[in-house]
Order: sequence, then C-alpha cells, then structure tokens
Amino acid sequence: MITREPPGTFAAAALIARKDLAIEFRTRSAFLAAIVFSLLAIVIFYFAWDSTAVSAVDLAPGVLWVIFTFSGLLGLHRSFGVEEADRAIDALLASPVDREAVFLGKALANLLFVLGVQALAIPAVALFYNLPLTRVLGPLIGIAVLAAIGLVSIGTLFSAMAANTRLAELLLPVLALPFFVPIVLPAAQSTARLLSGRPIAEAMSWLRILIAFDIVFVVACALAFPFTLED
Amino acid sequence: MSHATTPIEHTPRTPQAPDAQSARPAIEANALTRAFGRRVAIRGLTFAVNDGECLALFGPNGAGKTTLLRILAGLLRPTSGAAHIAGVKLPGGAEARAVVGLISHQSMLYSALTARENVEFTARLYGLESPRQAAMRALQRMRLDERAESPVRSLSRGMQQRVSIARAIVHEPRVVLLDEPYTGLDETGAAALSAALESLKSGGAALVLVTHHLGEGLALATHTAIMRDGQFVKHEPRGTVELDVYRDVYREAIGR
Amino acid sequence: MTTPAAREDRRSIDWLLTIAVLAVAATFIRAIYFTPAEARQGLAQKIFYVHAPSAFIGLYVAFGLVAVAGVLYLWLRDERLDRIAASSAEVGVVYMTVVLITGPMWGKPIWGTWWTWDARLTLTLFIWFVFLGYLILRGAIEDHGTRARYSAVLGVLGALLVPFIHLSVYLFRTLHPMPIVLKPGRPSLPNSMLATFALAFVSFSLLFVALLRARYRLAERADALAAEEEYEPSPVPNLRAEPIR
Repeated sequence: MITREPPGTFAAAALIARKDLAIEFRTRSAFLAAIVFSLLAIVIFYFAWDSTAVSAVDLAPGVLWVIFTFSGLLGLHRSFGVEEADRAIDALLASPVDREAVFLGKALANLLFVLGVQALAIPAVALFYNLPLTRVLGPLIGIAVLAAIGLVSIGTLFSAMAANTRLAELLLPVLALPFFVPIVLPAAQSTARLLSGRPIAEAMSWLRILIAFDIVFVVACALAFPFTLED
Repeated sequence: MSHATTPIEHTPRTPQAPDAQSARPAIEANALTRAFGRRVAIRGLTFAVNDGECLALFGPNGAGKTTLLRILAGLLRPTSGAAHIAGVKLPGGAEARAVVGLISHQSMLYSALTARENVEFTARLYGLESPRQAAMRALQRMRLDERAESPVRSLSRGMQQRVSIARAIVHEPRVVLLDEPYTGLDETGAAALSAALESLKSGGAALVLVTHHLGEGLALATHTAIMRDGQFVKHEPRGTVELDVYRDVYREAIGR
Repeated sequence: MTTPAAREDRRSIDWLLTIAVLAVAATFIRAIYFTPAEARQGLAQKIFYVHAPSAFIGLYVAFGLVAVAGVLYLWLRDERLDRIAASSAEVGVVYMTVVLITGPMWGKPIWGTWWTWDARLTLTLFIWFVFLGYLILRGAIEDHGTRARYSAVLGVLGALLVPFIHLSVYLFRTLHPMPIVLKPGRPSLPNSMLATFALAFVSFSLLFVALLRARYRLAERADALAAEEEYEPSPVPNLRAEPIR
C-alpha cells in the first residue's frame, strides 16, 4: 500500500475548487457568456432609461444587482453539469473526502467565478452611468463579496439538485430567485445609499440582513447538500 | 412476477491467501439488503472476499450487481443487514473509502482536463504523497504514458476507459470494484487491464469483477457467483468451474 | 387489485369534504347577508372573511406542514411524510392564490391601488413562488426517493427564508413612506363580525383538512399503482438516519 493522508475538509474543498477553476479556465465559455450577458444587459438597461425622469444614482444600483443575479445564474449551472456528464461525481463521492468538502469546494469555485464577472460588470456600470465609484469602491467591494457568498451558497445547492432533473437550466432560476431577494434588496439599497453620499452607518441596517442571511444559508446549504446525494 | 426460488448454492471457501493482511476479509456482506422505495434490489446477500481473491459476478441486467458495487464503494447505504470493507462497517466514511477503487462503464472523468490531470486529481483526493508521480505510474501501467498530456475528450473510448482504470488504481487500493471494465477496450487495453488486475491481486487486493464476458471473468476469478433478482443463485470457487460448462450453467441459472 | 380504502372511496361520498364545503358556503352566506358591513370600508371589507383565514392557513399551516414534514422525512425516510408534504403544498398553493387574488380585490377600493408592499401580502407572494418552485421541482423528477429528498430540502430552506423576507419588507417599509393601511380585525369588533370571522376560520380549516386528506389518498393510490407496475411490493424496513458524510 502507498502511504497516504487524505486531505481534511478545507484542504479537499480547495482541491476541488482548483479543479473546477482549471476546467472553467480550459474552456472559458461560461465565463465569457456571463460577461457578455452582463454587458449586453447593462447596455439594454441604459437605452431603456429616461435620464430626465430617473437619476443615475437611483437607477444604477438596481441595474447592477439585478444583472449580478442573472449572470450569476448563468455561471452556476455549469458547476454540476461537468460532474454529471461522465458521472465524475461518483468518483468524487467514492473518495475519502467528505460531502461538505464537495459543497464548499464547488461553492468556492462559483464564488470566484461570480466575483470575476462582477470585477468587470461593476466598472462597466460605473462607466455607463457616470457614477462616482472611486469614493465608495471599498464598501462596494465588500457588498459584492457578501452578496456573492449568499448567491453561491443557494446557487450551488440548487444547481446540484437541478442537474439531476429534466428541466435543469430552467429550474435553477425558478427555485433560486425567491431566495435571492434578501440578497438583492439589501445590496441594492445599501449601494444606493453609498452612492448618494450617505454615511455607511445608514447602509448598515441593510447589510446586517445580508450578513445574517449569509451566515444562515452557508451553514444550511452545506448541511443540506449531503441530502441531495443519493444514499 | 416471481423471483428466483432456487436455493443459493454455497461451496466451502478455499483457505485464505498466505500473505493476507488481516484476520478479517477485505469485503464482507451479511444479509445485505437494499431497497429503493418498494423495489428490492438486493436481498439478504451474504458472502466474503479475502485479500488476494477475485469474485467474478455474472448476471442479467437489473440483477442488482451495480447496486452491490455502489454499496461497497460507499455511495449507497444498506437498507438492512451489513457490509464491511477492511473491517469497517459501511457506510464507513473516509476510512472505508480510502482503500477502495471503483471502475464503472461510465468513465467518471473530466473531459476538459488531461489524462494526467484527472489521475493526479484523484491521487490528491486520496492524499498520496507524490501525486504527480503516482499518476504517471498508474498511466504507465495502463500503457498510456505517451498520451498523458492529452485532454481526455481527445482520447478514444477505449483509452478513456484506460485512464479511468488508472484513476481507480492510482492509490493501490486494497479493494477494487469493477463494473464491466472491459467495455470498449481493445486488445492492448484489455491486456493492460488484466495485467494490472493480476498484479493487484497478487499484491493482496480483493477484487469484485462484474462482467458479461464469461471468459475474462473466469480468467481472473478465484470465486464465481451468478446474481439474479438481488440474490446469488450460484456461488462457488473457481476451481469447480469449466468455461464451456459454465456457459450452460449461466444460461440455466438466469432462466433463459 | 384494489385496497379497501379505494373501494370505499368509489362507493361512498367523502363526508368530510362535503361538510367542509357546506361550512364554507354557510360562511359566505352569513358574511354576505347576515353580517353588517363595516362603517368605513363598506362592502369591500367582507372580502377579508375569505382573505384572512386563507392567509393564515396557507402561510402558516400549509407551509409549516410542508417544512415540518420535510424535516421529518429527511430524518425518518418514511414516504408517507413526503406524501403529506406534497399534498399540503398543492392545497396550500391554492389557498395562497386565493390570498393573492383577494388582496388586490380588497385593496383597490380601499387604498386605491391594486398592490401595496404590505408585509404579509409580500411574504405570501414570495412563499407562493417557493411553493410553485416546489411543485415544478416535483414535476421534474421521476424517481420517488430523489423527489422526496429534494422537496424536503426546498421546504426547509423555504422555511428559513421566511424571517429574511419579513425583515427585508419591514426595513423597506420603515425607510420608505408607504400608504397608511387600515386593517379590519381589531379587537373592538362587534360580536356578529367576530362570529363570522370565527366561522370563516373554522370552515376554511375544515376545508383544508378535507382537501389535504383527499389529495393524500390520491397520492397514496398513485404510489401504490406505480409500485405494482415495477416489482412485487415487499415489506422493507425504513431507511433511517444521517446521510453518508
């Protein structure tokens, strides 16, 4: 026998995340699709906007976080598709790593994916709507990270379920969108406050909801994940 | 619809291989039962496979062979009864899974990654010390080292199967579960597989080989079993079996 | 092959359902003809005799049952619990649809708008979406075991969602000026109105239980038929406890 020491939960999660990102990097198609979608959506929203009726600061946060949600959904689906194709998931589950690590690893890869898309989408929004972003860049990145954590927790779990059903891509938005409301609402409201120059403290009551949501659902989704596997 | 009512024919077990690694058999099942809702896939299976032994498992589709392998691999839990791998009761968590290698007719590979990356990933999952070298060694055993850096999707079906086998044995498992592994293999591939399995067997591994190829199964087997409707309708040491006779035995046992 | 329950159903009337329907009809009659109209709101207020019980039953009873049955299923793996959850979801979705229709029906004459982001109405809307997702999810899965597990997970997560929707709507309303909403149902109601409310709650609850039971029996028969088509049913112990970790 060869000597071995199977990785612990977090080390295994990192392994799995690296593997997922390597696959995504090899093909890049989902990432590009998500970015192109975001940019197109931003442009469409822009042209649908009557700048005399609504100011940029009022509209932009909503646009930003709605697009965040939908481009996130685009990326999430591929997370388990790659495992289903040749039943690679079986090899993963038959290995010594525990199921929570599989969830955390995939969620981590999804998180980096979503943040990568946001890194391009947020500047694009700022560009189009002429937003004074540099002042609030720090807090905005913080909001983006918090929102992304919530999004990928729910999204990773639901895409694990959706991958096993007939409807797959259609099912994921239907299931996930009600759960995204407590993410999008606080994110948009606090972004709006920040852009209007209000102090951070005012946005905090919204952010508290988002932080609580993240804590509750990261744990709940990680615990629920093993139940989505056949046993 | 009735299930098989012929009694299970058990013949006495041959003595354990002299270099057996522990007192307990590598694989043990006791009245193992698995149901899916109301459908019973495996009924009261009892058998054991010791180190260095190979159980060749034959049977028609739907007999429960794949379900049995999935239970032994830790993917499904028994409904009742017990199964043990290396003395650990299933589903036993990481310690049981760490010594098992699983091969199925699905490749279980990531088509965008190279052969080496796939096997190396698995090596890391099992915590091997030098994952890259272990991966190359496993690929060499399956005579694929030249194509190690090719993406899996550019490989033929037979080569993909060989990568899949390399992936399953990279950690030198004590228990190897094979679900129709010869599917899609050409002569080179089949020879490489048989050689690898013989080597594992003589190294003390316990094998369960599910196959439709009676010849290949009998070549490796120390014991044979025919499964039907979730039970073993025949279970005996290889020594008592001859290939020509066995074909008829098989047909009779599955009622054709 | 028919079960005794099936034979009984074919010949006899579902008494519980009949009584429940009659009770609901009686409530309607009483509410329309025998209960005084409320001073400020007039006739439109009477919609609340339908709206309030439906909201309570749909949101708290039906959805609560779905979530609790889901958790119990994940623990005990008894398919009866899954049938209860599914039946409760189907009947609950009907009740919640009634809430979402009667809400605006009442709102337009009273507030002047079809919709307002009223806390309970908004919560009902989002749980309605979760319910719909639940039913669509079930429709997309064939294997009974997978379907039951996935539904249970969705039900539990939906229950966890409720406080967050509450909080979000509450914060939204606090920080945004909203029309002041007049709500009936305050303690100082005349006895006749209270009595009608009580009757409404009882009859709608009865209807829920009756519909739930009928739907459950239908699911039971469907599952029995499906099992017969596969292999012979054998008594097998339940698959208990934690998933493989």
